[in-house]
Amino acid sequence: MIPDNLKYTEEHEWVRLDGDVAEIGITHFAQDQLGDIVFVELPGVGSKLESGKRFGVVESVKTVSELYAPIDGEVVESNALLSQDSESFDPEAVNREPYGSGWMLKVRVADPSQIEQLMDAKGYAAHTEGS
Amino acid sequence: MTATQVTPHRTALYHEHLKAGAKMVDFAGWEMPIEYTGIRKEHEAVRNSAGLFDLSHMGEVYVRGVSALDYLQSLFSNDLSKIEVGKAQYGCMCNQQGRVLDDMIIYRMADQYLVVMNASNREKILAWMNEHLREGVELDDQSMATSLIAIQGPRSQVFLQSLVDFDLETIPYYGFHHGKVGGVAGLVARTGYTGEDGFELYLPWDEASSVWQQLLAMDGVEAIGLGARDTLRLESGYALYGHELSEDITPLDASLGWVTKLEKEFVGRDALKSYKEKGIQRCLVGLEMDGRSIPREGYPLHVDGRQVGTVTSGTFSPTLKRGIALGSVETAFRAVGTEISVEVRGRYEKARVTRLPFVKGSVRRV
Repeated sequence: MIPDNLKYTEEHEWVRLDGDVAEIGITHFAQDQLGDIVFVELPGVGSKLESGKRFGVVESVKTVSELYAPIDGEVVESNALLSQDSESFDPEAVNREPYGSGWMLKVRVADPSQIEQLMDAKGYAAHTEGS
Repeated sequence: MTATQVTPHRTALYHEHLKAGAKMVDFAGWEMPIEYTGIRKEHEAVRNSAGLFDLSHMGEVYVRGVSALDYLQSLFSNDLSKIEVGKAQYGCMCNQQGRVLDDMIIYRMADQYLVVMNASNREKILAWMNEHLREGVELDDQSMATSLIAIQGPRSQVFLQSLVDFDLETIPYYGFHHGKVGGVAGLVARTGYTGEDGFELYLPWDEASSVWQQLLAMDGVEAIGLGARDTLRLESGYALYGHELSEDITPLDASLGWVTKLEKEFVGRDALKSYKEKGIQRCLVGLEMDGRSIPREGYPLHVDGRQVGTVTSGTFSPTLKRGIALGSVETAFRAVGTEISVEVRGRYEKARVTRLPFVKGSVRRV
């Protein structure tokens, strides 16, 4: 449940780099810990993310959890399935496919070296072990 | 929880929970299942069929003796003289200031009473009851010898009937019966906390697993964790100690006037009476969100730019598929339909005062 081709943070976000755009989401481990996800709040297109800073929240039935930016960048797209104004609002996509249809943001990367510093799959597996 | 208590207690069903793949959490000093297959799925199982709850962490204290009734009457906000043997009653114990020490159910038996209290308040209430002990009263704390299993949901009677040799239909709402469940002698009560019809089974500690296994083996019965217990009670508009109730407020502030009988004598009565005469300041209301935001405990409630209350419990309602809350507000804002804004992370989200319960389940009224 930890894809090899992604990078990970200690706060359980994943990053997938494609050219100069990075896709961001939360890991399988995170969605499993949260349980049924019912609401996600994300910044709009054009917003600036700052590595380590709060950029949104994800809510399960029971709890509210903060999302922390894995890298610096500018939001170019957010997942319509998670938008509360969307007809296709389906936050459970994060539970079903955390690395697929449950992605959260696409961000124009400011500094690609920040991504290299994130954990790889092996490192993240070790990070979540025992928890 | 006391400071000396390092490891949490485990109920007799602890291993059953692990077998069923439960996520366990510390709750009031007990290691309890928060969820098994997911809160939404478990919630729906109780609304549509039947769910099984381990509530063995709750406190059970028997009160006996010639003065048992007078003694309980002097501590309890409701009027136990109004119920007959074989029936139970909901109410509170208050301190001298009329603030809530705990809410509880008291079962009236032929020769004794059973007081069932919140796990988080067990030691406090035991100390309180001991402090007020009088001649002709004996307390018997059976909390650690009593397992409590609840089966709740519209089909619970059908499932439970197959394990008992008496007719469950003869037990009215808030009534109970001593009998065998799946071969285990216990107390079967038609009480609950979900808004659905159902039963609570008080059983000897060590024999509960067998009853749990027999019920869970039935097709249509699911194990339910504390997560869904909370969403179910919230949809039903039931108060939970530590949220809607605390030593900071009176039962009158929490809309529990219906179980606060000021015409009888009990600790806190005088304070409550004079408070009521001056005018009750706050009440509990149900709130339903207009949009998709989810109200949470502690979020401020505003009307015309002024804070008029606070969310005491909030959640996503699996049945209504939107955010709902219980809130403590100034009594002027209690009318159904009143628009109140919930402050969610600095934004004002529209909500409306709603009639309680939010969801009308299969619970019997008689």
